[in-house]
Amino acid sequence: MTIARVDRRPKRSPAVSGAAGGADRRDVPPRRRRGRDRLTALGFLSPLVAYLVAFYLYPLYRNLDLSLRDYTVRSFVAGDAPFSGWDNFSQVLNDPTFGPALGNTMVFTFVSIALQYAAGLGLAVFFNRHFRLSTTLRALFLIPWLLPLIVSASTWSWMLNSESGVVNYALHLVGVPPVDWLTSPHWALASVVIANVWIGIPFNLVILYSGLQNIPGELYEAASLDGASGRQQFRRITFPLLRPVSAITLLLGLVYTLKVFDLIWIMTKGGPGDSSSTLATWSYQLAFGTLLPHFGPGAAVGNILILIALVFGLLYIRVQRRQEA
Amino acid sequence: MLFPVYWMLNVSLTPQQDMRKSPPDLFPLHPTFEGYRAVLHDQMPYLGTSLLIGLGTVAATLVLAAPAGYSLAKLRPRGGGVMGLALLVAQMIPGIVMAMGFYGIFLNLGLLNSWWGLIIADSTIAVPFGVMIFTAFMSGIPDELTAAARIDGAGTWRTFWSVVLPVSRNAVVTVSLFSFLWAWSDFVFANTLDGGGDLRPITLGIYRYIGNNNQEWNAIMATAVVASVPAAVLLVLAQRYVAAGVTAGAVKD
Repeated sequence: MTIARVDRRPKRSPAVSGAAGGADRRDVPPRRRRGRDRLTALGFLSPLVAYLVAFYLYPLYRNLDLSLRDYTVRSFVAGDAPFSGWDNFSQVLNDPTFGPALGNTMVFTFVSIALQYAAGLGLAVFFNRHFRLSTTLRALFLIPWLLPLIVSASTWSWMLNSESGVVNYALHLVGVPPVDWLTSPHWALASVVIANVWIGIPFNLVILYSGLQNIPGELYEAASLDGASGRQQFRRITFPLLRPVSAITLLLGLVYTLKVFDLIWIMTKGGPGDSSSTLATWSYQLAFGTLLPHFGPGAAVGNILILIALVFGLLYIRVQRRQEA
Repeated sequence: MLFPVYWMLNVSLTPQQDMRKSPPDLFPLHPTFEGYRAVLHDQMPYLGTSLLIGLGTVAATLVLAAPAGYSLAKLRPRGGGVMGLALLVAQMIPGIVMAMGFYGIFLNLGLLNSWWGLIIADSTIAVPFGVMIFTAFMSGIPDELTAAARIDGAGTWRTFWSVVLPVSRNAVVTVSLFSFLWAWSDFVFANTLDGGGDLRPITLGIYRYIGNNNQEWNAIMATAVVASVPAAVLLVLAQRYVAAGVTAGAVKD
């Protein structure tokens, strides 16, 4: 993956920065490498490799193992859980919660992404017209994204409280009857989407803003000389030229939003009923949410979630590869 | 966008008896610090634990990610491309899945409810990101610089430590910032791996607070404000790094 736009100002020679992004390291004349150099390279890398094996691969293996065995609290300690093949998976797939959880995951993910992208783009365009205090204000807009999730989640819980929440009070002012945001099955999912969009906007804002910065200003000058309106400029210049950045923003949003767990768990615990459960909260609910843990099925749901994330992840890699080409 | 942040501050200063008033006070007309007094009384140990875990995670992430980034960017080992792909995939794995895997491992090893077990788990959020930031940044350092160090007789380690690392200060700041914030705000690992120990982080402090007393919202919001202080401080000190960090790994030049 090519990482760009990190502040790499120090001593970067113009020749290097002129080379096209990911290719620049290959432009350096290859030096003869001795076996020792290769060993040194591996030496610097080996702590990371050991770490990934011990703290990524092994937990993932344990999780896969969990999902293929019949675990109880006792067998966890004794380590004698019988192998049960795909039982956990078929149990999970036939569970009445599976449908709603999958559906909610999709709705939560796609609605969140669409709304936070739209809002982020609007704000990015807004901040792109430099005005006084725009830098300060833009920095302040990052706050929602940097706050610990538990803080945002509890603040939104209180704002959406049916009796004394400020949201219902605002609705009352415009003559709308109060809504049971977190306690009614019709609104619980909407509530967590609202909070999640609020958290996600800064991320979209920052990436799209940096994309806008790369669009040459002359294009807009030429367009306005030709008499193009602001809206036309947006449709014909901004949006098409921003497409690669938008694709990356949306796909990253997708991969992150699929994983969202804390926010929903803290605000609604996936309830009432299954009305706001997603695969992530359901997996947690099964494994840790009750006094009688179902680690096997919980791990199975987790693995299904990984599978979905990987599909979109591979899509992300493809899109990025194509952009580099 | 900023209203919820304002509202958090406002509620944290609202006296208990006005909490369920309708209409709610839009300004802290009768500010009280009883919420904050409650925080100081109940939550200080949690804040200390979070600080410890946050700093531990930063240290672990830097120690692992900086040399790896140097290797991938400048020494170009065989299999570097595969490593990049592995790091990308690692970032897509849901925390809840990692938590379940760690739970089993920690249970067997007796590491549950330990602060350093939590450091290990939290570092998994930041390490892949850190390696990618360091790799990108160090690729931008001209080879002439490292070659000059070599001619002056510096070994690979010396070149890394005295030349490359000082020049990469911005990357170090970005990675430290993000790993601290992520560890500070982690909830999944804290709740699954450190739910019962003596040293619990602030996110659990707030979570339990909500569960146990859903009446004293001024105290809950005061805790939230206090828990947000590191984010606010870091934002002021390092906002340009924040923006650089978000865009890193996402957008091509």
